[in-house]
Amino acid sequence: MAELTLPASIAGVEPVRSVRTPAHLDYQFTAGEATSRFLRGIAERRILGERCPVCEKVYVPPRGACPTDGVPTAEQVELPHEGTITSFCVVNVAFYGQAMEIPYVSALILLDRSDLPIMHLIQEVAADEVRVGMRVEAVWVPDDELAPTLESIRWFRPTGEADVAVDMPGEGEGTGLGSWPELSPGSGA
Amino acid sequence: MGRHLMGRARVAVVGVGQTQHQATRGDVSMAGLVREAAGRALDDAGMTWADIDAVVIGKAPDFFEGVMMPELYLADALGAVGKPLFRVHTAGSVGGSTALVATQLVQAGLHERVLTVAFEKQSESEAMWALSLPIPFQPPMHAGAGGYFAPHIRSYVRRAKAPDHIGILVALKDRRNALRNPYAHLHEPDITFESVQESLMLWDPIRYAETCPSSDGACAMVLGSEAVGDAAAAAGGAPAWVHGTAMRSEPTMSADRDPVLPLGQRECALDVYRQAGVTDPRRQIDCMEIYVPFSWFEPMWLENLGFAAPGEGWRLVEDGVTAMDGDLPVNMSGGVLSSNPIGASGMLRFAEAALQVRGRAGDHQVEGAGLALGHAYGGGSQFFAMWLVGAEKP
Repeated sequence: MAELTLPASIAGVEPVRSVRTPAHLDYQFTAGEATSRFLRGIAERRILGERCPVCEKVYVPPRGACPTDGVPTAEQVELPHEGTITSFCVVNVAFYGQAMEIPYVSALILLDRSDLPIMHLIQEVAADEVRVGMRVEAVWVPDDELAPTLESIRWFRPTGEADVAVDMPGEGEGTGLGSWPELSPGSGA
Repeated sequence: MGRHLMGRARVAVVGVGQTQHQATRGDVSMAGLVREAAGRALDDAGMTWADIDAVVIGKAPDFFEGVMMPELYLADALGAVGKPLFRVHTAGSVGGSTALVATQLVQAGLHERVLTVAFEKQSESEAMWALSLPIPFQPPMHAGAGGYFAPHIRSYVRRAKAPDHIGILVALKDRRNALRNPYAHLHEPDITFESVQESLMLWDPIRYAETCPSSDGACAMVLGSEAVGDAAAAAGGAPAWVHGTAMRSEPTMSADRDPVLPLGQRECALDVYRQAGVTDPRRQIDCMEIYVPFSWFEPMWLENLGFAAPGEGWRLVEDGVTAMDGDLPVNMSGGVLSSNPIGASGMLRFAEAALQVRGRAGDHQVEGAGLALGHAYGGGSQFFAMWLVGAEKP
């Protein structure tokens, strides 16, 4: 670090190397039609996905269009409140702004009859008992706390049903969006 | 997307520079940081600011440091006044795609000498916070990048039936490689298998010691036309020649997507190999610098990039193939696991690949490296950038 030479009048004062300047950001979130329907549904304890008319995949939360086919997902589908854990991690570190007690489990949950997992918290089970394939159900906040946010689902908890097999895109050999592209013949890859 | 180099002018890397990477570079501002790297790249190229025709700069989201569009104020520090200056952004892959945008300006014949630079000043940022913003359609529980990637790593481990110690071996290898690299942020001479194994399980299955650090740093390169490369070669400057380049993206929110072995990255790699005439990357490519922010990404990307069949990448790690003395060294500089100025991390991979084929990688030089891969990925494994550089002209 470069040495600073201070005038005699302030010699001995700790040099300023940086200044902390907190920034505050308020912003308006325009949900759009599909997410508005979804968030209003959540405030009524309903989980609304949308189906792509081309690939028939059901997206939740819906963004209003299929990311694969680029067409509107006009058909609404009410989904069950149960699903399957497709993967997860156990978080052992407290991050700035996170109120969760550690350790907590952050899981990818594939709601029944939907096709893209959502990420949510798993509780009411020890972290080291959480498994891929575990069946879980949503636990909602009390009625007077329901609001148009996914936080209206407090967490998911095990249903007690038997685990199920998980079959996500790419499970066999990779790249679910298409067949696994090979190198030239005899490439050894 | 079959492509060849017809119509593209040849490009040479004639100068490489990087800063000392460390947790806090309190001695320099952002401008001082980028200027340190750029000045070294110019010195290496035997050029001055006046020789440069255009500048291409990249960094990760402005939200990290809270300085919006820093390129506006960095233009004069980079000698770009009166010249074209472009800002590139593709999340964590940005250092790679910034270098490729600069490459394209030369390939297109628009400019003779382009300076490209990428940086991050993580000590002035709250990256974890910036990556964990509360949004209404998502519960507030993501824990930064690790919280996003850890479940996908678990999927890889499950699918590949990989043993737990693979992630430890990668971390140990990269941190030991970093001891040979004076610019690396982390120098941990006392690291052992046990010390990695016993470090805190941050985002199970990712341990603390299997995670990249948070660094201040910058990287820069001077890219030149064929004439510039020839002149550098004649002067003993040992240019690296670009043999193939590609970028790809893919939709993170597609239900058909495989986040473990992304299709976009596979196709990005195949495109680069086609351009370079590489049919057997495992044998034709001598070494590589790939973007591994969490140790498990090494075996995942070895598979995705065509160096091993799906489910087999971890065996290359276990067999020591990717070690400094293996036949396919990976991340000789210590990689992202040892230095992570995010915006610069991708460019460092590209630059280290260039240093290898120039024979200028110092104590982490792979002897006789003729063809080296530089790779970066970013976002939710959705942006990909790669180049292949060689000692010989393509």
